[in-house]
Amino acid sequence: MAEYKPPTLPSPFTNTTPPPTLLTQGAEAHVYKTASLDPAIPAALKIRPSKPYRHPILDRRLTRQRIIQEARCLFKLIKEGVSVPGVLALDWEGHGGAESGWGGAWLLMEWVEGAVVRVVLERWEAWMKQNEASLNPVQREREEASARALLKRMGATIGALHKAGVIHGDLTTSNLMLRGSPQDNTATTTTENGASMKGDIVLIDFGLASQSVQDEDRAVDLYVLERAIGSTHPRSEPFFDALVQGYRESHRGAPSTLKRLEDVRMRGRKRSMIG
Amino acid sequence: MIGIGMEGSANKIGVGIMLHPEDGSTPQVLANIRHTYVSPPGEGFLPKDTARHHRAWVVKLVKEALKEARVSVDQVDCICFTKGPGMGAPLQSVAVAARMLSLLWGKELVGVNHCVGHIEMGRLITGATNPVVLYVSGGNTQVIAYSSQRYRIFGETLDIAVGNCLDRFARTLHIPNDPAPGYNIEQLAKQGKQLVDLPYVVKGMDCSFSGILAAIDGLAASWGLGGEERAREDAQAQNAAAAAADQNQDQDSKPTRADLCFSLQETVFSMLVEITERAMAHVGSKQVLIVGGVGSNERLQEMMGIMARDRGGSVYATDERFCIDNGIMIAQAGMLAYGTGFRTPLKEATCTQRFRTDEVFVQWRD
Repeated sequence: MAEYKPPTLPSPFTNTTPPPTLLTQGAEAHVYKTASLDPAIPAALKIRPSKPYRHPILDRRLTRQRIIQEARCLFKLIKEGVSVPGVLALDWEGHGGAESGWGGAWLLMEWVEGAVVRVVLERWEAWMKQNEASLNPVQREREEASARALLKRMGATIGALHKAGVIHGDLTTSNLMLRGSPQDNTATTTTENGASMKGDIVLIDFGLASQSVQDEDRAVDLYVLERAIGSTHPRSEPFFDALVQGYRESHRGAPSTLKRLEDVRMRGRKRSMIG
Repeated sequence: MIGIGMEGSANKIGVGIMLHPEDGSTPQVLANIRHTYVSPPGEGFLPKDTARHHRAWVVKLVKEALKEARVSVDQVDCICFTKGPGMGAPLQSVAVAARMLSLLWGKELVGVNHCVGHIEMGRLITGATNPVVLYVSGGNTQVIAYSSQRYRIFGETLDIAVGNCLDRFARTLHIPNDPAPGYNIEQLAKQGKQLVDLPYVVKGMDCSFSGILAAIDGLAASWGLGGEERAREDAQAQNAAAAAADQNQDQDSKPTRADLCFSLQETVFSMLVEITERAMAHVGSKQVLIVGGVGSNERLQEMMGIMARDRGGSVYATDERFCIDNGIMIAQAGMLAYGTGFRTPLKEATCTQRFRTDEVFVQWRD
């Protein structure tokens, strides 16, 4: 197998000190931690490298469309007071300063200190599995209640997002962050009262976001998240109703969106037609 | 342990015989034969005709498979058949045949989910241990990852399958269905150069193809590229392929039939690779396995390979013997279930058009 090399950074990030450090390779983009203007101000740099598997014309169209869309949505959400990282700078033309162009695009955003909800839930599920036997019903209930509370807050944040007229397009537990939660997976999880699940929910990665106020789009957004939770956090799946509750209370349009969600759940192919 | 697998969920009827050695070493394929019902250009295969085809061939294929495998009926442990999903009538004819053999020979039945069959065969042939699976065929489009005893569907098509989209466009262009419409589109697409603008529909991890099909059908109609007439001209022009290539040099020129096939493939495969990549990023897997009939498309394999390489991973794909519906995949998945004690009593040995991949309890993996 060919050795893997991350794509080269576009200018001006080739000569910043300290050099940007790669945090994650998402499906679409690489996210780096870097600094904005002052080395003391951390910032998140999202680079959408060109995708060599795609036809160049199609690639260009999609990369450009998506980075601009992302910046527009973030900008709008900041104005509406929804908890998302702010936009600092972007380049959608993909020159990276050079004439030839490298085909990609980048977006510089405010740094959010914390962990993604996926890590938080995984940590919790692992802890529950380990300690399940020794928990008494009261403790167990308390643990589950804190997980429920987390999902409820997620629902409320998503509600605020939809209220602002934006659809995330790719809601997964990897795209929701818990501000202030320890990032380290090995961090002590023996806190009895689930303190590790406290913090503000911040929505990230608006790479597939769009602007819409239709119930259909909102419901699909929720459905994507429901399925993502079901497939990655089987133990937390039963708490999805808490998320729904948080969402329901978030804005006036929520009940009709949730009604549509019922229809969306029935879609998909080859579902059993019982009931 | 020796098992017979019988598959007939679409226009292919396949009979395969697998050997799972007692010592637990790698399973062996003893026989893998298949017969395809091919409909005339411009037409799809109808359930009624396909079922008739399967009924006519099933006995012959079972006999042939036993002969090829040099196995006597006494040595066979179980009969595995496709329970679903698929087209009703073809599924029924194979289920009836399987029940008949079970009663005749006194062998136990194992009903198999077609999709799980594809996944297990792909895993066996390629040796991929825990890959993200892209299952793409004429009837299914799913991105699947294994987690706690289930093959979970991460993303899927919201309307028609990708293979169905390609097949139906082949019908629009009157491209022959022999050996497969998708294969002929792939060959024609190799001559295409100009990328036509088509909708690109990805919703989270899901995608949709019916709008793309409508768009490209519309383009074909407005450029006058569909229909029998043009198909005949195209066949004649094949000798003069070089001349056609020259014509394509001009980017603004009117798109050709090849250009449309090329554009359709580039667009829908980009969507598939994108949702697969998203699933890989989400579950943190570096392996990707492509199964199903469309998985034998070399352009799709190439695109997936580039994506996997850029993620530091690798792609596993198989050739048409294992990709396209076959009997051994049913035998393989069925025997894995049989090994854990799973049986399908005669009373329940029916078939169903709707049988989701995630309904199967995967007891043989941990």
